[in-house]
Amino acid sequence: MTNKTLIQISNELSAGQYSSREITQDIIAGIKTHDHQFNSFITVSEELALEQADAADARRAAGHADLLTGVPFAHKDLFCTQGLRTTCASKMLEDFIPPYESTVGQRLLATGAVCVGKTNMDEFAMGSSNENSYFGAVKNPWDLNAVPGGSSGGSAAAVAAGLVPAATGTDTGGSIRQPASFCNLTGIKPTYGRVSRFGIVAYASSLDQAGPMCTTAEDAAVMLNAMAGFDPQDSTSVQQDAPDFTADLNQPLAGLKVGLPKEFFGSGLDPQVADCIMAAVKQIEALGAQIVDISLPNLELSIPAYYVIAPSEASSNLSRFDGVRYGYRCDQPEDLMDLYCRTRAEGFGKEVKRRIMVGTYALSEGYYDAYYVKAQRIRRLIKDDFARALAQVDVIMGPVAPTPAFDLGSNTKDPVAMYLEDIYTLSANMAGIPAMSTPAGFVNGRPVGLHIMGNYFAEAKLLNIAHQYQQVTDWHLQTPTSNTEKGA
Amino acid sequence: MAWEIVIGLEIHVQLATKSKLFSGAKVAFGAAPNTQTTLVDLGMPGALPVFNEEALRMAVTFGTAIDAEIGKHSVFARKNYFYPDSPKGYQTSQMDHPIVGIGHLDIQLEDGSTKRIGVTRAHLEEDAGKSLHDDFDGMTGIDLNRSSTPLLEIVSEPDMRSAKEAVAYMRKMHAIVTTIGISDGNMAEGSMRCDANVSIRPKGQEKLGTRAELKNINSFRFIERAINVEVERQIDILEDGGKIAQETRLYDADKNETRPMRSKEEANDYRYFPCPDLLPINIDDAYIDAIRKALPELPDQRSARFVSQLSLSEYDAGVLSASRALADYFEAVVAVCNDPKLSANWVTGELAKFLNQNNMEINAAPVSAEQLGQLISRIKDDTINTKGAKTVFEELWDQTGTVDGIIADKGLKQVSDMGAIEAMVDDVIAASPKQVQQYRDAEVEKRGKMLGFFMGQVMKASKGSANPGQVNGLLKKKLDALC
Repeated sequence: MTNKTLIQISNELSAGQYSSREITQDIIAGIKTHDHQFNSFITVSEELALEQADAADARRAAGHADLLTGVPFAHKDLFCTQGLRTTCASKMLEDFIPPYESTVGQRLLATGAVCVGKTNMDEFAMGSSNENSYFGAVKNPWDLNAVPGGSSGGSAAAVAAGLVPAATGTDTGGSIRQPASFCNLTGIKPTYGRVSRFGIVAYASSLDQAGPMCTTAEDAAVMLNAMAGFDPQDSTSVQQDAPDFTADLNQPLAGLKVGLPKEFFGSGLDPQVADCIMAAVKQIEALGAQIVDISLPNLELSIPAYYVIAPSEASSNLSRFDGVRYGYRCDQPEDLMDLYCRTRAEGFGKEVKRRIMVGTYALSEGYYDAYYVKAQRIRRLIKDDFARALAQVDVIMGPVAPTPAFDLGSNTKDPVAMYLEDIYTLSANMAGIPAMSTPAGFVNGRPVGLHIMGNYFAEAKLLNIAHQYQQVTDWHLQTPTSNTEKGA
Repeated sequence: MAWEIVIGLEIHVQLATKSKLFSGAKVAFGAAPNTQTTLVDLGMPGALPVFNEEALRMAVTFGTAIDAEIGKHSVFARKNYFYPDSPKGYQTSQMDHPIVGIGHLDIQLEDGSTKRIGVTRAHLEEDAGKSLHDDFDGMTGIDLNRSSTPLLEIVSEPDMRSAKEAVAYMRKMHAIVTTIGISDGNMAEGSMRCDANVSIRPKGQEKLGTRAELKNINSFRFIERAINVEVERQIDILEDGGKIAQETRLYDADKNETRPMRSKEEANDYRYFPCPDLLPINIDDAYIDAIRKALPELPDQRSARFVSQLSLSEYDAGVLSASRALADYFEAVVAVCNDPKLSANWVTGELAKFLNQNNMEINAAPVSAEQLGQLISRIKDDTINTKGAKTVFEELWDQTGTVDGIIADKGLKQVSDMGAIEAMVDDVIAASPKQVQQYRDAEVEKRGKMLGFFMGQVMKASKGSANPGQVNGLLKKKLDALC
């Protein structure tokens, strides 16, 4: 396993210590040797990766290398990759090979980054534990009995295990931040509209946002530089040039106003997690920040509202998987209705079907006002809460999740208990603001992430804070093996 | 019992944009299946729609043309249903906030009076693809070329009281959309089609009867026939003590009957909700005003001008302003020959007859407006007579030459030389002693009729080229002199 940061590999490539082909081969060998423990990859694309690596080496030789040229990374398996199967961890798309590349994928390839494969996830990004995968659950490299979080659990486990230096993820209700927290990574969900959704298989279109999952804030900034920016192919993409997210990393934090919402520290929060978070906040205070108590009064409502809006959009977004044009089709359909019913009954997993049912119900005539319209009103209240809070403070901090990674199988019986896991993360998606997780300690050997949320387009500020915090801590540098050696 | 018919129409107009409503694929009729598609039209995972602003301009143009409220904030909604030619499992349409709100349209009734029909709304939506059931044995083919083609759905109030009114409304809509240039209006290719909501109620009753929705009618003739046959069906049911089911029906032109669509073709709950992939459309007064200012002369305005400036009859003016292409053609003819009345006769007469016979639109007419104008000029300057002109027109239609060339080649030049005509008249009188005698014996008031024989003989002798006016005058003078 490489256990190198993205910047490290980038530097070593430019120093000529090895070629992109060599590091790519190493990384693919590492995945082949070790991933059976974690199940973090669905597809490894050796042939394509080596082609890309060779092209990167040629580009470097020609003197046109960028920071990411030749650096291997992995895509969550819902980014459409041209010529490389994209499954969304579903039987429905088990053999689906997209004819095109997502905008994010195109941008990464344009910098010369090398895609080594597609990572496991909760089916169609629906889940908080990565147990809802047709390709099997992913295990947390920090503790193989624990979940890695979800839905970007494969990306998280792959980076945490040192199999790849960086991976893409998507975050609809916490799917980058919660697995980053559970796996000791730096992961950022940008402002809604900052990163193009074109070519990312949609779960809930008004909430989905892609971002990077890396070891360090600096790596995340470099990845985000490649991923972000206006895309005319996505109408919800913001018509604004993305700044250089690495530019402000070294800004001091003096004078920074940090809000701690009391709703993030209520009775549901594991006291040991609370201790980690408060210790982190103290350190940030020591770096010159001012800590302010604030309130997000409608936070609690984000769970019911999210679990109406997201399934409603999903029920419509997933209608295209009907067995007619691509993807799974049931055997010997008797007629059209049978084709639809059996294809979808057999092709989708349980959680996906549950959310399609919930969403279909919520949008039905006679229920629409009581559910969908009301949920949108709550969404407005949550937005207003953040607007008020962020008029008072620069950023908001708290835990990413109420607990560290939980045991595999412990929440699978009760979907509502699983949904409660998302209490701290959903609201940022509802409001569309950027939010991230950065490593902040361990509870019983399982990582805990610090949640940092900011105003629209404040990604650079969030990364700056995480980077400064990472300069005075080494949580982010710990690896599952080093941690075990320390006997934590 | 006396029944009142109540009809409302939903007209689907395919907008004449270059590309689709939500993708850059071309919109052209008749391309090979699935060649005019992008990832978006195919409903590929991860593909996203991008709104074509030309469709917005066209919809707002239509709204201003029917004096409607324009939605300054309009929203696309998803209409969810499963069907193989609906690749995303939903149709992107508009529900709560359409681009065009309440407006109206005046139609002319047969008695010459005008009736105002309310327009409830008009909204933008994408078309579905096509299912091809006959081309593959035991299977269905899907052609997504039409998928995401822009449509404007225009919904009327239930204000029409007869099939004829419905046709008049549809014709007027056709005239407007072609005049403002937002659609080619080609009904045979499906550029304009309608659903008719038809119900009946006892005369004098306020409450509306249960309606049937007749789907996808694509010609003026079928609208009238479909509504009439549906009304008969409903009357039969009600007079037998039965009840009308609220349902969707199809008109079968071959059998001239309506029949219910299979229930599977109907979806009951479309679960509309705002499309999260598209932003709401916000427009301001300046945008709307600019479009209103750029409106071309509308059919009613043009018709009124034809009456006041060109002294056409209301009827001719109405016919000629029914489509922009026809009105443009007519005015181009007038510009050449400077005779509106004769131009109107030829355009609505001979030209319309040939177009009908060949099932052709005015744009495809092989006789240009300039040629027809020249032809009419030749009638006016007595170069040819009407009969000769019809021959020239036929030749022009077959594109065998120019107006003057054909007149020369066919020897159609009218003989107006008095001497030559007089010689022919004298010959005919000399060769027809029996008829001359009958003429002389006849009562004075019956002689006019008998003149026809001599006219025919002279025209025959001149091979149709003699100026009929001159022949007539000379014959009368000479025969009367013999009496």
